[in-house]
Amino acid sequence: MSRETSMKIHGTQPARAIRRRGFIQGAAVGAASLAMPNIVAAQNKGPIKIGMPSVFSGVFALLGQSSSAGARMEIDKVNAAGGINGRKLELITRDSKGKPDEATKVVRDLISSDGCEIILNAETSASAFAVQELIRELGVLCIHTNSEVSSLTANPKIHAPTCFRSARQGIHDSIGGGQYAAGIVSKKNLFKFVTAAPDYAYGREITASFVEYAKIFEPRIEVIDQAWPKLFQPDFTEVVTKIIQAKPQALYTTLFAGDLVALIDQGLLYGLFDKIETFSVNLGDYAVLTQVKQLPAGLHSGTRYNRIVPNTPANEAFYTDYTKKNTDHKVSNWSWENATGAKFMIDALKKNDGNTDGKKLAAIIKGMTIESPFGVDGTLTMRASDHTVINYVVGYGVTVPKDPYIKDVFTASWGSILEHETDWKKRNNFG
Amino acid sequence: MKLEALFACFGQMSCVVTQSTSALIIGMLLFLVASGVTLIFGVLNVVNFAHGTLYMLGAYIAYTVYQPTESYFLAVVAGAIGVGIFGVLFERFLISKVYGQDVLMQLLVCYGVVLIMDDVVKIVWGVDFMKMGMPAAFRLPPIRLGGGLIPPFYLFLIVISALIGLGLWYVITRTRYGKMVRAAAVNPAMVSALGIRTPLLFASVFGLGAVLAGAAGALAAPVRALTPGMGFSIVIESFIVTVIGGMGSIGGALAAAILLGFVRSFGSVGFPLFTDGLMFLIMGLVLIFKPAGLFGGKAR
Repeated sequence: MSRETSMKIHGTQPARAIRRRGFIQGAAVGAASLAMPNIVAAQNKGPIKIGMPSVFSGVFALLGQSSSAGARMEIDKVNAAGGINGRKLELITRDSKGKPDEATKVVRDLISSDGCEIILNAETSASAFAVQELIRELGVLCIHTNSEVSSLTANPKIHAPTCFRSARQGIHDSIGGGQYAAGIVSKKNLFKFVTAAPDYAYGREITASFVEYAKIFEPRIEVIDQAWPKLFQPDFTEVVTKIIQAKPQALYTTLFAGDLVALIDQGLLYGLFDKIETFSVNLGDYAVLTQVKQLPAGLHSGTRYNRIVPNTPANEAFYTDYTKKNTDHKVSNWSWENATGAKFMIDALKKNDGNTDGKKLAAIIKGMTIESPFGVDGTLTMRASDHTVINYVVGYGVTVPKDPYIKDVFTASWGSILEHETDWKKRNNFG
Repeated sequence: MKLEALFACFGQMSCVVTQSTSALIIGMLLFLVASGVTLIFGVLNVVNFAHGTLYMLGAYIAYTVYQPTESYFLAVVAGAIGVGIFGVLFERFLISKVYGQDVLMQLLVCYGVVLIMDDVVKIVWGVDFMKMGMPAAFRLPPIRLGGGLIPPFYLFLIVISALIGLGLWYVITRTRYGKMVRAAAVNPAMVSALGIRTPLLFASVFGLGAVLAGAAGALAAPVRALTPGMGFSIVIESFIVTVIGGMGSIGGALAAAILLGFVRSFGSVGFPLFTDGLMFLIMGLVLIFKPAGLFGGKAR
């Protein structure tokens, strides 16, 4: 049917066309208001809703639990003081089950259905990238509070103007860890390493960067074998025996939480730790150290979160307060990272008179310095160039079975970290 | 692929001993869980997707009993019996309602129980992962054999799992109860017509499957991290074992579990990035060339 014929048959076609345009415009406005509920919410003076997607079920439920508890440490404080411009803050959590596709769906729902105006993205690295792509489209403020994969913020090709990271960055830990490990193995003449890391973005990237920096600080280090167990696999026996077969002098592992505990317990049965020097990024978490019943002597770990690192009254107060409020789980690395994300968000909201506009908040947070118990000098800065937090404690030490669980702490200097990071960015075309 | 490493391993007694022991421990614990899955499927024709939950409960109950008593024996017995009782209740109040129904309905019921029990575990024990700790009797250095390492605890687990498997074989093939179970698997209507209370029989079979899962969870608790949802990964491997061994075949489950143990143990040396792939590849080949499984009867 030709267009003319159609016009004749449907005599009202032009009028319909207008109505259709009107409908499309109306739909666009409707969609925009769904996607930007802050327009409506800001007018009705309801609470400022902050969405937190994370893992709240299954084997990794501890992530969501300690992330939300960490963020609430700051949110509760500001609410107790009356909120921001009369508006209280409300944290709305949703379970993504750790699946990237589910995480983006959850973030959409948090914004369009629950009316959230800001996202504290407490997702794993596997999902953080997917969420970042969505945020680029939606334009709300988003702070990644758990993902440590460096490229999330370091890679300018995936930069999202309203996204920031309050979590550690893998490259920082790798520089500090590499320097620490190189110092230990140099003294003991132990250079043959094996690595064991979970087989996904976090494990792969952090291991690669640790090896890179360990070799920069001690060129005689060589990696003779690598194991990549699946995340949350029930049994690590084959990983342990594979390590034994490689006959290494040192082990580096980024396994965490229950997987790390299982590796240690199963390794103990084979006497794995008797003759090798072990470096674990994540052993230092309270949840891990309090559950390893027979902690082998002399294992090295990143400090992650520890009440004595830094050894300040502010950090001790955070630990005491957190432990009092959360009796169902231990304070963790995720707790401080999320408390930090919430603090940046709150300080920015205060400076912006409670306005939740993503672009305005992003402009305020860029380069912002906050007072924090977790900074090496009592402050943390959100670096303007790549939207990631710096100046937190990058510490390594020797684990001990009793509180404070770590001794002989080495704290990496930020001067050194930043210098090496700049080189790393150049080598990876992230400059 | 690291075939040279694999061949080098085969050339060294120490490597063969260590990896073989590792294969047996992976396989035997898998067998305990998978034998329950296959038993329940063989007799009740139910795909018990919630079997991993039973494994998880076994581990948590064992942990709870072990803390005050420090008795591993009591912990394992409590884990097995506690989960057995739970299994009987689960069968009576839920599974029995979906006998003969579409497999999707059975999956939905099982998945509902998985979600509910994960939350129950979170409420009762919290979200933090937990460790039971190694019983004092097993805090021993590994035994050296042919240059290889065998942890005494793993040796114990292999032996105890084998004994449980042997006991199960005896019960199913040599006792009156076993005859009834096998008859019910073939023709439940006839068994019922002969005056045997099939609801009781079915509940006991489900309970027995649950006891096996609970025992596996409790036995493995000293070397596993206890977390809500910990049963999910083991149930997937159990289903692979069941498919390879043959749905309903306990002997098949044993053979397939040990086969998977060897694939994982030696695969980690020769095919470190393809160990899981190898497991699924074997399952795929079995499904193509012998759909009923290696030891299964006619495919249903």
